Amino acid sequence: MAAFGSFSLLIALALAVYNLLAGALALRMIAVGTPQPTPTSSLGSPRRISPERLADTARRAGIAGFLAVTAAVFALVWSVFANDFSIAYILEHSNRALPAAYKFAAMWSGQEGSLLLWAWLLAIFGFILRLQHKADVKLYAYAGTILAAIQVFFLLILNFNAPPFSLVQGTIPQDGNGLNPLLQYPEMVIHPPMLYLGYVGFSIPFAFALGALMMRYPGEKWIKTTRTWTLVTWLFLTVGIFLGMHWAYAVLGWGGYWGWDPVENASFMPWLTGTAFLHSVMMQERKGMMKSWNVWLIFSTFLLTILGTMLTRGGLVSSVHAFAQSSIGSWFLTFMGIVLAVCIFTYVLQRSHLKSEHTLESLVSRESSFLFNNLVLLTACFVILWGTLFPVLSEAVEGTKVTVGAPFYNRVAVPIGLFLLFLTGVGPLLPWRATSLRAIRRNFVLPVVALWIMVVICLLLGMRPWNSRDGGGFDTGSFYALVAFALSAAVLTAIISEFVRGAMVIRRQTRRNLLSSVVLLTRRNTRRYGGYIIHIGVVVAIVGLAGAAFNRNVEKELGLHDKMSIGPYTLENESFTQDSNDNYDSEFAVLNVSQNGRKPFQIAPEKRVYHASEQPETMVAIHSVPEWDLYVVYEGSNPSTGQPIIKAFLNPLVGWIWFGLVIIVFGTLVALVPSLVPAMAPARVPAAQAEPAAAFKGGD
Amino acid sequence: MRLPKILEAAALAVAICFSVGAASPNGRIYDLDHRLMCTCGCAELLGECNHVGCTESTQELGELRKDIAAGMSDQQIFNAFVAKYGATVLAAPPTKGFGLVAWIATPIVFALALAGTILLIRRWGGLKGGLMGGNAHPSPAAEEAILDPAERERHERIRREIGTDAGIDGGL
Repeated sequence: MAAFGSFSLLIALALAVYNLLAGALALRMIAVGTPQPTPTSSLGSPRRISPERLADTARRAGIAGFLAVTAAVFALVWSVFANDFSIAYILEHSNRALPAAYKFAAMWSGQEGSLLLWAWLLAIFGFILRLQHKADVKLYAYAGTILAAIQVFFLLILNFNAPPFSLVQGTIPQDGNGLNPLLQYPEMVIHPPMLYLGYVGFSIPFAFALGALMMRYPGEKWIKTTRTWTLVTWLFLTVGIFLGMHWAYAVLGWGGYWGWDPVENASFMPWLTGTAFLHSVMMQERKGMMKSWNVWLIFSTFLLTILGTMLTRGGLVSSVHAFAQSSIGSWFLTFMGIVLAVCIFTYVLQRSHLKSEHTLESLVSRESSFLFNNLVLLTACFVILWGTLFPVLSEAVEGTKVTVGAPFYNRVAVPIGLFLLFLTGVGPLLPWRATSLRAIRRNFVLPVVALWIMVVICLLLGMRPWNSRDGGGFDTGSFYALVAFALSAAVLTAIISEFVRGAMVIRRQTRRNLLSSVVLLTRRNTRRYGGYIIHIGVVVAIVGLAGAAFNRNVEKELGLHDKMSIGPYTLENESFTQDSNDNYDSEFAVLNVSQNGRKPFQIAPEKRVYHASEQPETMVAIHSVPEWDLYVVYEGSNPSTGQPIIKAFLNPLVGWIWFGLVIIVFGTLVALVPSLVPAMAPARVPAAQAEPAAAFKGGD
Repeated sequence: MRLPKILEAAALAVAICFSVGAASPNGRIYDLDHRLMCTCGCAELLGECNHVGCTESTQELGELRKDIAAGMSDQQIFNAFVAKYGATVLAAPPTKGFGLVAWIATPIVFALALAGTILLIRRWGGLKGGLMGGNAHPSPAAEEAILDPAERERHERIRREIGTDAGIDGGL
């Protein structure tokens, strides 16, 4: 199977190279206007192939390439399940006792496998794109050729630098080293593929943007073509990031979900630029503005995904995610350099094509809000990139490495995040072009009232930013949380009032109830109202994040029937014991939890030590309610007494973060659904009023 | 003339926002053990290392308590830790030497980007009609017309029919 896998990768590389060269040649021939060949040559010279046919053979090579990469993936997965420890990758990342679901996860637990996953996802995306080529043959040919170039890079690495099918030298061990225990958790089966779908997915809008620029594609149609790709990709990246947070929360056992680790940062940066693109592209669609800016946003997003992969796999910066570090960093650096050079060259050559008439009628307008939105998102991206690379820079300049951790990001990035939250509320309330004082009053009164009501509520509930709970002075975390809660209340009010205002008009027109009016309103303009739902999800998640300012914890050694308290909970040690199975040994405690006379329940935090790797893993016990999470860690046992040491956290509002993700996913799906066409409006509504979403455009 | 004042107020708000953290002792031990790293290789803050029997964090916390009891200032404590464990023991770059660059780069970049954005808006004519554009003070009748849903709908329909509306009105 190793030979089959290696051969498949070699075939895939050959096909990708053909796709690239033949595609590029055909597009060049089309661009310079090569005359159509005659079917037969009277002088008996070889028949020339037409550029269109050549381009089609390139496309078919891309499709065949998908099959070849799929065959390699099949070979690797088969080898994992067959416990073929003659393959070094399988030996390092699997073992016989590994549960079946985690055998799939073994595919992306190491460098070679995750690069193969990247190549496979790219092949799948390319396959879908090439099947849809009739939508616009020439544009898709450009995009397909650019994708082939990216694929060539990954297949070169897979064939020559990080081959997943390299064989073990010498005696083949009976069992493997097992999967990293940190990866033996349900989220790990879906988190990396989601993240990679996000990373790889941005190759598609990148390929379309670069292709459209190369061929001087007329109009903005390429943006509409790639909108679904971009939105779906953004969704995958969002879900991947949140799943990663949940995994860190449930597995690492330190009570948090985001540690500003370089690899976490690497996933967040393309999300920020991708989000900026999704917003600013509306300026181009509606007003033909910011063409150059949008092209560079998507170029940057793609480059950041490559940087992210390099940080994960290249070992440029030290990270707790250092599952696989090697020398491939130089390959990625070279590739990034080539991509950047191609982007700059193409842009300089074709920049006249991107000239557009930029006119703004007002500082206080939707257009300006998009500009400020981009400003904030890109500043946030810069902060994170700067903080991630600063240790490397510091070492180069001063010869000593420094740590850039949570205190830096909390100080610098949180205010930027709050400003972004502010814009999330303000932007949708501003109309396109210009506004009036009266419109501002009408749209902003309720949100401002909600903001101050929330401030009062927070103060009544005991929030005192000027007086730290530890007896110190000003509490920054508490202050930021207060601002976040107040802004969130304002933004939610603004968005909900947009829905209600539109639904009221529908209700007047159709005599439906308010709820079905909201549904119809959303269906008539899914893009706009789906976007609003996403904003609601972001706000809910931010409320959850702000709760971290009030985390508390307590640690205690608990003998049998000993008790400890945190917040309203009392934990009593019912029993503690050990267990063992084929995969791991475990120690755990069964704790009875009572809460102010309510029905008690049990939780069982656990610590495992995996046989194959001899590495420990924490299995945190989490009891989640809307107000907070009771988060209990079995830290180990006291060697002298044998009694368990339990650390309990009370983390307010954490559940809101995951609920926010659910809303974001729902909103994105709504935004992806086509809006109702006017003809589907109720028959009793006059034709002029049945136009979608005209009267319900809030600030418009 | 009101724009400079608005910009001044915005700059002040941003400056306050960035500087409030500087005055946040938040309990001295809690504050300091969240500004130092555990050196056991767990890549976690000293105050958040949760490894039972982690000799590094236990030793560091002991030294921290001793230093505080000895009346050392924050900076003296950090200097002592850096001398013993190296510069990576600090959870954030120092605010002197090259480390200062890490801190000042962000506000500088933000300020430059903000100025650039405002200049861009000005260049594109966004400031010509005042903050809110040409219709900042329309007549009440005109405002009523704009606010009236049917009238607004008619405007929208006309805009669509003349091809200036691509159907994109603010969503994703």
